[in-house]
Amino acid sequence: MTTVLAPAPVRSGTRSGRWRVVAVRVVGAAALAGVVLTVWLGLWVTPQAVGFGNLVRLLYIHPPMAWVAFLAYGVASLASLLYLWPRTRHRRYDRLAGASAEVGVVFTGLTLVSGSIWGRPTWGTYWVWDPLLTSTAILFVLYLGYLALRRVPGDPEVVARRAAVAALVAFVDVPIVYFSVSWWRSLHQPPTIDFTGRHLYVHGSMAWTLLLGFVSFTLCYVWLMAHRYRLAALRDAEADAGLSAAIEERRAEAG
Amino acid sequence: MLHDAALVCGKDLRIELRSRVALNQVVPFAVAVLVLFGLALGPDRAVLAPAAAGLFWVAVLLSAVLAVQRSFAVESADDARDGLRLSGLDPAGIFLGKAAAVGAELLVLEGVLTIGVALLYGARLQGGLVLAGACLAATAGLAGVGILYGAMSTGLRVKETLLPLLLVPLVTPVLLGATKAWDEALAGTPSRAGGWLLLLAVFAVLYLAIGTVAFGPLLEDA
Repeated sequence: MTTVLAPAPVRSGTRSGRWRVVAVRVVGAAALAGVVLTVWLGLWVTPQAVGFGNLVRLLYIHPPMAWVAFLAYGVASLASLLYLWPRTRHRRYDRLAGASAEVGVVFTGLTLVSGSIWGRPTWGTYWVWDPLLTSTAILFVLYLGYLALRRVPGDPEVVARRAAVAALVAFVDVPIVYFSVSWWRSLHQPPTIDFTGRHLYVHGSMAWTLLLGFVSFTLCYVWLMAHRYRLAALRDAEADAGLSAAIEERRAEAG
Repeated sequence: MLHDAALVCGKDLRIELRSRVALNQVVPFAVAVLVLFGLALGPDRAVLAPAAAGLFWVAVLLSAVLAVQRSFAVESADDARDGLRLSGLDPAGIFLGKAAAVGAELLVLEGVLTIGVALLYGARLQGGLVLAGACLAATAGLAGVGILYGAMSTGLRVKETLLPLLLVPLVTPVLLGATKAWDEALAGTPSRAGGWLLLLAVFAVLYLAIGTVAFGPLLEDA
């Protein structure tokens, strides 16, 4: 059997499509420039911090990564809600939820890794059972499950609806997990890590670099998500085209 | 809705009474898990007794995955799911009924495992009211989330591997809450378990409510 694939709808030919392509490229270039600038400022320009030394340089990427992860899950949950709402049901919200959650999982992984790199010299261990760390790890696994559910082959409508419910169920779980884990920790022996001993004052060039980190990582998120979204749209179009081609073929055989 | 729930629950429990799959397979599996924990941690009761609550609930959690899979395997044979869908029963009732049946099976299992931790790990059973309360609330939460996710992964080709991945991280609060409540009860300070019981109850009510609302759309496209 030969599968004739109709060309994917290339919307870059239309006026709004061209604008979209340009906008995504501008965001990508800005994200790249922002990250390069953050690295330069973070590694060379900003001073060492009292009590933290060079470790403070992780500050410019770790909180922005965590912020992007939470932003991505927020967007995914909102898009899932819009998909489940009958009036706003459209496959673009399903794609948006999937694309956003994918980027969120990547940034959650990066948050965990950069947090562990920070933890080793600061606390003497890669992992502590801190509520925030533990909840982030559980969050990571929760959304890995969500992505696994999305990847299951099946009727796109069915998978999209289930994925939307799963995204909301997971989102509701996050505060309960955080609450229960922090309570669990507070009942155990007093924290062995002294967070209060050393204060970190973020000032001057450090504050600007941190702000730039937040902005450029957010731009990275937008850029990555736009591309994942486009890929999802093309995949959907490919599947639709493949289906209509197969139907045409059967008709031709019957005729 | 409640009448439909009772019908579905009765049907599932009758199937279980006649097939005895949970009794002959899930309960022995859970007991084997308890024995394996004992082997992994060593025979020292000073180590095993303080860990009893956690090990008990991990064993319950693993068995809950099996019980939920069984609950939907029953529906997949002979296209029984279509029959259920066409029966005109309220989807919320079907959800609550299936959750109640799985919950009842898990409660029996927890009874067996309670004797198991007392015998194998030397846990001193006290604070019975807290132990039972934690079992009830945690089981309601586990069964609710389990049936919700069971419906979500039913009809998919990879349901056996997908369900545990979806279910286990989500019920972390149940594992924590139930373990801590049991810890307090077994340590002889059941009055300090109140907050954990409340957490379990909130989790159960929340997910039973979500399941009641979301089960209809999920069942339709199964």
